[in-house]
Amino acid sequence: MENLEQLVQDGLNAVEQADNLQALDHIRVEYLGKKGVITQQAKTLGKLSADERPAAGQKINEAKGQVEQAINTRRTDLEKVALEAKLAGESIDVTLPGRGQDLGGLHPVTRTLQRIEDIFARAGYSVEQGPEIEDDYHNFEALNIPGHHPARAMHDTFYFDPGTLLRTHTSPVQIRTMEAGKPPFRMICPGRVYRCDSDMTHTPMFHQVEGLLVEKNVSFADLKSTVEEFLRVFFERDLKVRFRPSYFPFTEPSAEVDIEWGREPDGSIKWLEVMGCGMVHPKVFEHCGIDAEEYRGFAFGLGVERLAMLRYGVKDLRMFFENDLRFLRQFR
Amino acid sequence: MKFSEQWLREWVNPSIGSQELMDQITMAGLEVDGFEPVAGEFTGVVVGEVLSVTPHPDADKLRVCQVSDGTQTVQVVCGAPNVRDGLKVPFAVVGAVLPGNFKIKKAKLRGQPSEGMLCSESELALSENHDGLMELPADAPTGQDVAEYLKLNDITIDVDLTPNRSDCLSIRGLAREVSVLNHLVTNTPEIVAVEAVHSEVPDIRVEAPTGCPRYLGRILRNVNLQAETPLWMQEKLRRSGIRSIDAAVDVTNYVMLELGQPMHAFDRDEIAGGIVVRMASTGEKLVLLDGQEVALTPDTLVIADHEKPVAIAGVMGGEHSGVSAKTRDLVLESAYFDPITLAGKARQFGLHTDASHRFERGVDYQLARDAMERATRLLMEIVGGEPGEIVEVASNDRLPEARIIDLREQRLASVLGLTIHRTTVEEILSRLGLHVDKLLKDGWRISVPSFRPDISIEEDLIEEVGRIYGYNNLPVTEPTGSLGLKARDEAVRPLSAIRNFFVAQGYQEAITYSFVDPKVQQMLDPEREGIALANPISADLSVMRTTLWSGLLKTVIHNQNRQQPRIRMFETGLRFEKNGADINQQPMLAGVVAGNQTQENWVNGRRTADFFDVKGELESLFRLLGIEIQFVASQHPALHPGQTAELLRNGEHVGWLGTLHPQVQKNLELNGTILMFELFLDSIVTGYVPNFKDVSKFPEVRRDLAIIIGSDVAFAQVEHVARKHAGEHLTALRVFDVYEGDNLGEGNRSLALSLFWQHPERTLNEDEVHSLFNGVIEALQEELEATLRS
Repeated sequence: MENLEQLVQDGLNAVEQADNLQALDHIRVEYLGKKGVITQQAKTLGKLSADERPAAGQKINEAKGQVEQAINTRRTDLEKVALEAKLAGESIDVTLPGRGQDLGGLHPVTRTLQRIEDIFARAGYSVEQGPEIEDDYHNFEALNIPGHHPARAMHDTFYFDPGTLLRTHTSPVQIRTMEAGKPPFRMICPGRVYRCDSDMTHTPMFHQVEGLLVEKNVSFADLKSTVEEFLRVFFERDLKVRFRPSYFPFTEPSAEVDIEWGREPDGSIKWLEVMGCGMVHPKVFEHCGIDAEEYRGFAFGLGVERLAMLRYGVKDLRMFFENDLRFLRQFR
Repeated sequence: MKFSEQWLREWVNPSIGSQELMDQITMAGLEVDGFEPVAGEFTGVVVGEVLSVTPHPDADKLRVCQVSDGTQTVQVVCGAPNVRDGLKVPFAVVGAVLPGNFKIKKAKLRGQPSEGMLCSESELALSENHDGLMELPADAPTGQDVAEYLKLNDITIDVDLTPNRSDCLSIRGLAREVSVLNHLVTNTPEIVAVEAVHSEVPDIRVEAPTGCPRYLGRILRNVNLQAETPLWMQEKLRRSGIRSIDAAVDVTNYVMLELGQPMHAFDRDEIAGGIVVRMASTGEKLVLLDGQEVALTPDTLVIADHEKPVAIAGVMGGEHSGVSAKTRDLVLESAYFDPITLAGKARQFGLHTDASHRFERGVDYQLARDAMERATRLLMEIVGGEPGEIVEVASNDRLPEARIIDLREQRLASVLGLTIHRTTVEEILSRLGLHVDKLLKDGWRISVPSFRPDISIEEDLIEEVGRIYGYNNLPVTEPTGSLGLKARDEAVRPLSAIRNFFVAQGYQEAITYSFVDPKVQQMLDPEREGIALANPISADLSVMRTTLWSGLLKTVIHNQNRQQPRIRMFETGLRFEKNGADINQQPMLAGVVAGNQTQENWVNGRRTADFFDVKGELESLFRLLGIEIQFVASQHPALHPGQTAELLRNGEHVGWLGTLHPQVQKNLELNGTILMFELFLDSIVTGYVPNFKDVSKFPEVRRDLAIIIGSDVAFAQVEHVARKHAGEHLTALRVFDVYEGDNLGEGNRSLALSLFWQHPERTLNEDEVHSLFNGVIEALQEELEATLRS
């Protein structure tokens, strides 16, 4: 039995010496395999008396266990070393740029439009579309702007023929939607509009969002909250908003909306005009077959490029339609 | 409208500063556009008196003057042509500082000492006028500070009035607003009728009473039009942006600014017979005061004499009948012209005058007589003369009707969202001149004064109350109302999903003008005629686009010219197409790709994008939308004849994909290969709602084959034949290699395909697959003359 101890000691030494997994496996076979030197010790048990056998057998098992554990430990170590060596060979420069398709981007006007649509959609407003080549009736007459009206001079209109034109605002979409449906209404009408004007601060095409809410009981006070909340949500700032009496043929009362935008040199609030709004004129309801005694409505309109310029700090309106990639890429 | 603050304050003078006054009227709905001081900044300028003028010994154009500054007499050298003995002028003494920080010092001019400077209007920044010295009235007190004497502590305020507020196109109207806002009473000048001193009256006939419901005329005899308009009037006019012409014109302009009534003065000797207000006849011509000759049209209201037109009513007088320094007798006109008759008339003749601006918007139809009396009195004070009786021709049934409107208390409260106390409402209304005729059980009966043509319905009154009460004093409440849910079609993908798809594929969205250059569009879409604008902004933006490519390719040019070789852009929007008498306005989705497929990177990325890159992207889009699209080889005038696919959905045209035709590319000066697509959005946005099928638990079987086949046989044909014979359990068919090479023989190519089968309920056995696979091979051999590649 001293022999067994010596075998274990030899085995442990061999395990310690093993410097790779293959060598270690050889040692396992040599000592613990079916014909392994320690396994073979079991054959000596036959020579022992029945009394001695259990103790001797246990010793052999312990010896096996001892060597096995050493092999396992050594294997784990060697595996770890091997993995580390493999990983070391696989290392890459993670700071190199990735490959694949570059990301494009939305036009800043679309980005702004989607933001406005999203804000109103969450309050139950539907998004309505309409034709851009309009007839005189929907663009003017139905909005209480008859042919001789001085307000026509406020719209520099592109014409195709005397009765056909490019819409000067998206209000005709409201008319068409009201004509086709029944109140109540809660809608916004985003889209391209056209005015025959082109200089530093005007492009012949631009975008508007007009909103309309028609209910049995709606007031100027409701309009005020809608406009104020919209501007605060849009600009994500608690800015001051003021309503200035104004005139639009299709609303009465009418107001221009100014927001606080910095300070004047003398320290007073600098006001910027950003929207127009008002209570729907009874004539407009009449044109759409809506009883102005039963229903009231408010409407508002804004220029999308104007809001985008304020929001993103764009200085020149004309850049929106040059589609210069170096400009557009800033709005991903 | 421009006006002098001082003039307004003569009518109503609230104890607030200029800025506060401007803020106040802005917030009342009369938006102040800006203001400017009525003179430049200067000091040390006094009323000087020229005592003597002698020629300069050494200069022809200069004179040596002795000038009194009120305390002493100094010598001043002056070059102005109008310098003369006894003249009172603005005199900048030594030490004075003129606008532009110009300091006056002792000087010598051609050897003659000069202590100070005599000033023109432009030197004091009163006007652009530098023709000569500014002449002050003879009674100007010598030595008084000129700024004080001329009351130059004043500003010109410019209000941008909305077209409904014609009542504020006068000091009277503005003063009324300011008095309402400040609870003050206005100082209205007393207008007393002038007594006639002779019995001569103009012969007036109104033949067009609809256009001219009221016309007043008066003869003022023996006037002296050499008389100078008094300085105070010239200054008020100047500060309101109107140049002084002569006393007759100045007075009519003054009354227009003061009261809001445009007037006109004719030279009586040039009026043949009498005055006729009528529509013009075809062929009649008139030379206007500005010298231009216009051809009148039968819808033009004119003032004529018994022979010819002498003025376009409410727009501009004629040159011939205008007053001059020689005029002896005046015929004064004060009338009410109908806004609808006058609408657009001035513009028709390329004019926009102070008179037409007012008449088009509506003048107070009861004002003509007061204005006539006011103008007569002012004229007599300046040019003397003998007034006659006023002749008034009025058609009462054509004048605007007096308006009586009921305002309901309940309606007022529900529109504004606030119940305003009855007495407050009544006070606001009456201060505005809206007379409460009668208290009703539930409101008020209001009669609207003639000076407010804009007020005709209850809402107008509600606006007035809200406006004066202050919009910003009204409450803020959240709207309440129906919150019903709206239909939402799941099979329809929102446009935003399509846009986001392209953004993820590296496309930048563009927004181009809907009107384009017809020359460019002609190259891209020669078969369709763009709808032309009648009044385009320029020739290159003159027709509506029939394809979005017209705008997108222009952006490619723009960016290629700016060192941007890699361009991937898309746009969505309408295209416009004539369809008989109708116009189709169809939403499109279009894209252009130029340059490398990906951004150049450290492995590759220098590969130019080709047809199949873009096709692959579109195929992904169609999978996103849940639709099946066939790509069929076709021809399009803008596209490369061998690289054009027409896109079909269930056999119907939905768009195009192709490479820009090299000739068009060259003509447009574009660089490199350009891929383009355009799709009808309405044809592709509706896909399907998924309908679950059991996932097969059984193995999938794959078989590969490679065939050699004629290059003219489209892959689509190969696929069609293969699918036809592959049975119902074929799950996929893919191409994994396309090869063309000499070893295949001229006109051949090799296609390598893999086919996948799977049965939903059982494992397919070898024999079944084998027989289907062989069936496919045989069909390809027989129907398409393919040979199996070994």
